Order: sequence, then C-alpha cells, then structure tokens
Amino acid sequence: MGDLLTDAHWGVLLILLPLFGGLCSFLWPSAVKFIGLATVSAVALSVVGLGDQLLATGVYHHAVGGWGAPLGIDLYADGLSLFMLMVTALVGLGVSIYALDYFDQDEARRFWPLWLLLLGGLNALFLSADIFNLYVTLEIVGLAGVGLASLSGGGAALDGAMRYLMATLLGSLCYLLGVALLYHSAGTVDIPLLAERLESTPPVWAALGLICAGLALKTALFPLHFWLPKAHASASAPVSALLSALVVKASFYIFLRLWLEIFSVRTEGVDDLLGALGMAAIIWGSLQALQQTRLKLMIAYSTVSQVGYLFLVFPLAAIGTFSAWSAVAYLVLSHALAKSAMFLVAGNLMHFGGHDRIADLDRAVQRLPITVGAFALAGVSIMGLPPSGGFIGKWLLLNEALNQGRWDLVFVMMIGGVLAAAYIFKVLGFAFTQAPVTHEPKGVPAVMEWSALLLAVAAIVVGFLASPLMLILGIGETVELMGAGQ
Amino acid sequence: MNWHAWIPLFVVVSSLLPGLIIFGLPEERVGWRTLLNLTGAVIKLLLVSWMIWGVYQGDHFETRLALLPDLDLVLRAGPLSLFFVALSTILWLVTTVYAIGYLEGSPNRSRFFGFFSLCVTATVGVALAGNLITFLLFYELLTLATYPLIVHRGTDTARRAGQTYLRYTIFGGALILLGTVWLYQLTGTLEFTPRGFLSQIDPQHYPALKIIFALLIAGLGVKAALFPLHGWLPQAMVAPAPVSALLHAVAVVKAGAFGIVRVIYDVFGVEFSADLGVTTPLAWIAAFTIIYGSLRALFQDDLKRRLAFSTVSQVSYIALGVAIAGPIATIGGVVHLVHQGLMKITLFFCAGNLAETLGIHKVSEMNGVGRRMPWTMAAFTIGALGMIGAPPVAGFISKWYLGVGALEAGQDWVLLVLMGSSLLNCAYFLPILYSAWFKPTPKSWPEEHHFGRQETAWALLLPPLITALMALAAGLLTGLPFSPLEWAKIIAEREFYQP
Repeated sequence: MGDLLTDAHWGVLLILLPLFGGLCSFLWPSAVKFIGLATVSAVALSVVGLGDQLLATGVYHHAVGGWGAPLGIDLYADGLSLFMLMVTALVGLGVSIYALDYFDQDEARRFWPLWLLLLGGLNALFLSADIFNLYVTLEIVGLAGVGLASLSGGGAALDGAMRYLMATLLGSLCYLLGVALLYHSAGTVDIPLLAERLESTPPVWAALGLICAGLALKTALFPLHFWLPKAHASASAPVSALLSALVVKASFYIFLRLWLEIFSVRTEGVDDLLGALGMAAIIWGSLQALQQTRLKLMIAYSTVSQVGYLFLVFPLAAIGTFSAWSAVAYLVLSHALAKSAMFLVAGNLMHFGGHDRIADLDRAVQRLPITVGAFALAGVSIMGLPPSGGFIGKWLLLNEALNQGRWDLVFVMMIGGVLAAAYIFKVLGFAFTQAPVTHEPKGVPAVMEWSALLLAVAAIVVGFLASPLMLILGIGETVELMGAGQ
Repeated sequence: MNWHAWIPLFVVVSSLLPGLIIFGLPEERVGWRTLLNLTGAVIKLLLVSWMIWGVYQGDHFETRLALLPDLDLVLRAGPLSLFFVALSTILWLVTTVYAIGYLEGSPNRSRFFGFFSLCVTATVGVALAGNLITFLLFYELLTLATYPLIVHRGTDTARRAGQTYLRYTIFGGALILLGTVWLYQLTGTLEFTPRGFLSQIDPQHYPALKIIFALLIAGLGVKAALFPLHGWLPQAMVAPAPVSALLHAVAVVKAGAFGIVRVIYDVFGVEFSADLGVTTPLAWIAAFTIIYGSLRALFQDDLKRRLAFSTVSQVSYIALGVAIAGPIATIGGVVHLVHQGLMKITLFFCAGNLAETLGIHKVSEMNGVGRRMPWTMAAFTIGALGMIGAPPVAGFISKWYLGVGALEAGQDWVLLVLMGSSLLNCAYFLPILYSAWFKPTPKSWPEEHHFGRQETAWALLLPPLITALMALAAGLLTGLPFSPLEWAKIIAEREFYQP
C-alpha cells in the first residue's frame, strides 16, 4: 500500500479526475452536486498525495505515454507547482462547498461541468512543462472561465462575460504568437530546452514581449485591467471567487515560471516597467475600490490592486533571493484565500438583502455575524495586518525592497495597505449602522456562511505556517536556484 | 513538561478562548457569558500572580513559536511586562463586573464581550511581547479589536468616530511597520534587550536610526495620544462607558505609552537614545501635550470629553518621565502607567454611573450630585485629587518622582511644566468637586433611575470604589514589597544600574 501511494501517478490523476468528473456530471445531471463535491475532494487528496511524494523524492517528472520531450507531453511538478496546486485545491474545496447551497438544481447542472473543466485546466497548467501545453491549458482555463462568468444570465453578466472573452482571446493570441516565434528560433517548446537554447536576438525579444503582453492582459495588470471589474462583479458569487482567486493567478503563474526559467535573456528595463505598472495598479486599484458604492465592484477593484503587489517581485527578484519569491508565493496564496472568502461574503449579503450597496448594509453585523466576521478576517489579510498570510507576504516583500533600497516600492506598499484598510473598513462601518431602506431579508443557508468563514480563517492561519510552506516552495530548488543564479 | 515555557501563552489564551466562545453564545445566555468572563479573568489573575512571584525570585518565563524562518513570536515575562500585565489583568476583572452591570438588558452583548476579551488579549500580548514583531502583531490586533467596541452603538456618530479612530491608528500602524522592517534590515534582530540592542551599531546608520525612532514614536504616539496625534481620542467618547474606561486606563492609550517605554528602554536603550539626541524632542512634545491637553480639558462641558482631554495630558507624563532619561524620572514615568490607570478608570466608572443613574452627561448638570450619589462622588473625588497630584493619592507619587528626577537630570524646566499642569488640573477638577458637593441639588435630574435603597446598582458602584481604594493604597503603601512604586524601582534599576 505504501509503495502504491508513493509510486502512484498523482500528477496524471490530478488532470484526469476533474475531467472525468466533469464528464460524469454532464451525463448524470441529477447527481451533479454529489459527483462535483466527490471529484473536488478526490483532487484535494491527490494534491496531498503528490505533496507527500515530492517531499520524499524531490521533483516529479512524467512523460505521458512514454514519449519524452521534445516529441511528447511532459508533466512536471516542483515546489512552485505543488504550491499552486494546493492553493487551487484549497480554494476549490471551499467554493465547492459553498456552491452546494448557492445554486439550485438547474443552475448547478450548468455550473459543475464547467467548474470541473476549469479545475482540470488549472491542474494541467500547473503541471505543464512546455510552453505550448501552457497555451493549451491557458485556453481551456480561459474558455471555462468565460462560460462560468456568463452563467448567471442577465444583461450585465453577458456584457461582462463578453468583455472577458475578448480580453482572454486576445491575451491567448498574443501568447500563442510569442510561442510560435520562440519555436521558430529555438526549435523546441520544452522549457528546460528553451532555457539552454535561447539567445538574445530580435525575434526572441519580440516573442517575449508578446508573451508578456498577453499574460499581463490575462492577469489584468494595470492598465490592461479594464475587463476585470465588470466580469468579476457581474458573475455569480462562487464564480467571481474562482475567477479572482484562481484564474488570474494561473496566467501569473506562467509569468513567474517563464521568468524563473527562460527569461534570462530579457533586457533590464522590463523588470522596472513591470514594477512600475505594479505600483500604478496598487494605487489605482485601491483608489477605484475606495470610490465604489457596490460591494462586488469594490472587491473586484481590490483584486486589480492586489495583482499589482505580485508584479513588484520582478524588479526585486532581478538581484533577489529566495525571500522575494516566497513573498510573492505567499501573496498569491493569501490573496486567493481572502479574496474568494470576500466574494462568497458578497454572495451571502446579496442573497440576504437582495442588493450589494455598501451604504445600505443595514446592521448586517447583527443579522449575519458569521458572514461579516468572514469579511473582516479576509480584510485583515488583504490589508496586510498581522497576524495573517497577507502580512507575512508583505513583510517579506518589504524586507526585500528595503534590502535593495527600493524606497519607491516601500512607499507604494505602505500607501496600498492604508488604502486597503480604508475601503475595507468603509464596508465594516456600514455593517454596523441602520439603513433607511427596508427590504424583506432572506435567510442565508449555514453552509454558505461557514464556507466563507472557513476560507477567511485559512487566510489568517497561513500567517502562522510560514516555515512549512516555505519548505514546500523550496522543493526542486527551482525558486532558490533562480534567486541565487542571477 | 516545562511549565515556564507555556505560562505566558496561557495568560494570553485565558482571555482569547473565553472571547471566542462568547462570540458563539446566544444573546440570552447571560449566566454562561458571565461565568466565562469571570473564570477567564480569575485564571489570568492567578497565572499572572504566579509569574510575578516567579520573576521576583529570578525565574524566566518565555514562550517562543516560529513565525518566519528567522523570526519568532516571543512572549516573555520581565519586570516591565509584568507591571503592565498585572495592571490590565486586575482592571479587566473590575471592568468586566462593571460592564455586566452597565450593559444589563442592552442588545448585542455577546458581540460586545467577545471583542472586550479580544481587546484584553491584545493588551496582554502587547505587554508580554518579547520582540518588536510580536509587539506589532498584538498592537494591530488591539486596533482591530477596539474598533467594534467604539462603533458598538451602531449610530452614525459612532460609525464616524470609528472611522476617525481607524484613520489615526491604521496610519500609526503603518509607520510602526515601516520602522520595524527598517530596523530589522539594519540590525537583523528585533529582540527586546535591556538597555537596547543598538549601541554597537555602525555610526553611519545614526541618521537612519533617528528616522526609525521618529517613525516608531509617531506610530505609538497615535495610540498614546501625543499632540498632534490625539484627535481620535475625544471622538471615541461615543463608546459605552466601560469601553472608554478600558480605552483610557488599560488598553489603547496605555499600549501606546507602554510601547514608547519599550522602544526607548529595550530597543534603543536610554543612554543610546540620549546620545542620539532623540529624547529631548520627545520630552518637549510630551511637555507640550501635557499643557495642551489640560488647557483643552478646561473648556469642555461634556464630562467624558473633559476626562478624555485630561487623559491626553496625563498619559504624556509617562513619555515625559522616560524621555528625561534619568533613573528617578524613569520611576515616576513608569509608575504613572499604573497610577494613571487606577485613577482614570475610577473617573470613567463614575462618569458612567452618573449617566446611567441620573442621565448626567455635562459638568454643568452636576450641581449637588454628591448628596444624591455620595459613594460614587467620593470615588470621583479621590480620582480627581489624584490627578491633581494631591497627597496621599497615587498621582502625588508620580509627580514627586518626575519632579525630583527632572532636577537630578538637570532639566529644571520640567518643574514648570509640572506646576503649570497641576494648576490647570486644579482648575478643571476642583470646580466639579465644588459644585457636586456644595451647590444645591436641583429639583429633578435629567433622567433618573432608581435602584432600591442604594444610590445605583451594586455592579456599578463597587468597581469605582475598589479602584479608588487601590489608587489611595498605591499612594499610601508605597513601601510594601509588591507596591507599584517598588516594582517601578526594580525596572529602573535594571535599566540603569545592573551590569
């Protein structure tokens, strides 16, 4: 049994399980909730299995069907992949539990197959070892995301989904062009081989530029964020949670992966450009969030600003160390947990009062204490206050910025934190007061309240798990090597 | 099992756990809530007594948990920590009793007591923190836990007061975070060490250290209500009386003042700060705040607002005593941490009693109230005389040591500040006492409630009497082994004389 566990192909399982589950849920709509939850739980267990395996053996490498690179498809997992798979499984599990009660049977029939497809795409993306597979999986993720965004029907949702579709297709197209150019110059799409063969030539620069632009569009980096607020705010709550917490991170993961392994040929200015855009995103996103009168739009703009923090790592990592990369991984993790919790909270409040106007929350703190508590805890992590995962990420990043004397980054991070506190406490303040409008409140199922709280508590708890999580991140030494090598 | 490594953690948990359970209790379970609150408070008191006894005999109590690969979460019981822990533990117990009486029958009590316990947890954490990052963690937790208490009433004024409070404190927290990261980056450690850990540092970093000092003190000054960062405090008066009492005497304001003491003693070290030349500006700011707060208090008709400005003034005595940088003044400043707490909590309890029993909120409504509520006003009188610095109440001891310490350190101007402040204290407290005791009683009170034969409910009357007696005892029994003054001497000795 022990051998079976350590030798099992968890990586393959992680991709096949959700696809198979998605198919089943499509074929047997009456059992869709059961199939969905079972699949997501099985995926979470497989991630644990993969983690156990990686801790014992280092990296995981599997040539599908026995055909290795450059001909066949390789699956590859190191600490960074495992970390992203964990984030996905954790958030996926929380949102799935929430979705059980959120969707009625009819909506569930459409939600689960798409969500499981999305999950399969995400897992495959984090396990891909070549840039073409990354493209394919990115496309699956994008299309499943668009499908999910349009689920709630209604004009606003369709409009949001349409913008999202345009943005995601354009982004993928740019990325694909870049991949084609790289393939033309180096004759391979395998990441390790590319790292060896790439030289600093104009076509390669063009390719990297296209890839960066495409991924920045998909990650909604300022000023390419225009599609995000509407798409994320108009989708139904669990979908917004998945899009903000996971889908945006998928394209960022590719950014990170390519940066770590093949972008050594880049020119200096690119780091600083990305850093500058990140800083602008933090300020702009926070200011926009502060001005919103609708909760979901506020949360969506908060995502724009939080994505900015992730990009601050690039100017720092140029001469950086492990701590800059673990900072960004930490920010990805805590933002995913906190932001999904926030969107689920918004779903609860909308379900309860029928609206998401911030000024009319009308004593939500008395009537939905668990939900508002979840919002507050998630908010602590988003603001980067201790004790929380967000604090650890911010602390590491601040440390690194100060080490390198980047006062501009330090300054922006401080302002970003204060602005985040301003928009989050604006909501909490109104949750205490009475609103003039009276509406017929609808009860919120306990499952929906508790799953949001669970995700928010997780965002706080990861603030105490820095040591084990960094151990995981260090598996395969991809992250450490790159830090030291530059 | 080594108990000494866990007791500081237990002390923190003894209020955290009841708080978390109370959040889950239904509103009508008054008995359970009271039981949980009091059990937690008593257990904490016992644990703290154990630690005080242990530290007195030279034992070490330290909990250390890994937070980051090279940074730990440290809770350590030293003389200074225990001084503050003992204050907050005792006053928590008293305030809990008071709050139970005060809030009887009002809505959302589970939420209130939950956050109340979290608030105390954070304060005790601030006191026990063994390094700057642990301090920061609990300091921010304190900000978050007090916010719901300030907006507890759910009115629009309360919400705006809450926003003001946060605007100040979040900004202050950001300054401390920046100072902490910067310090960590320069020194590679954040561990509180008697007489500081910076004196060996390369002199080229001195300018940076001065800025870090300014960042940390400004961040702490927000909570300690140093001028010009005091604006939130009078506004926060919309909170229920037990919250004001806790805010002013134990939790928020004191956490800021305590932080200033920590930063000067255990991060920079008194001598090193004096060499850097950063203590003199701080002394000036503190002195100015003392006079400014008293002047503003003079013109407030609202009783709680007058007391709030009095806090602004009195808390700066602590910063002043520390910034004078001499051993005797240190005793005066540190001991005022406890003395001001005892006296100010008494005054706020009394103000709450007047509001709850007779509907009195203004100084001008207090004519003859001494005859209607003699016990409450007796306690109030002791507190007020203590604030003025009249012997034998505790406040006299603080002012005496501050004055002697200033002379010893050659800072004669401080005497002028102390005298001016005492005169102003007289000017805003004595008229209250005069009209309460000697002016005729009006025909009717704004909103009178009757409580049988007592002047007010027992739960409201006993707490101020107890704290007033403690303030009196702290002034009279200074020679006893565990009196605040003796303990402050131990702290000063450690900072100045021990090798």
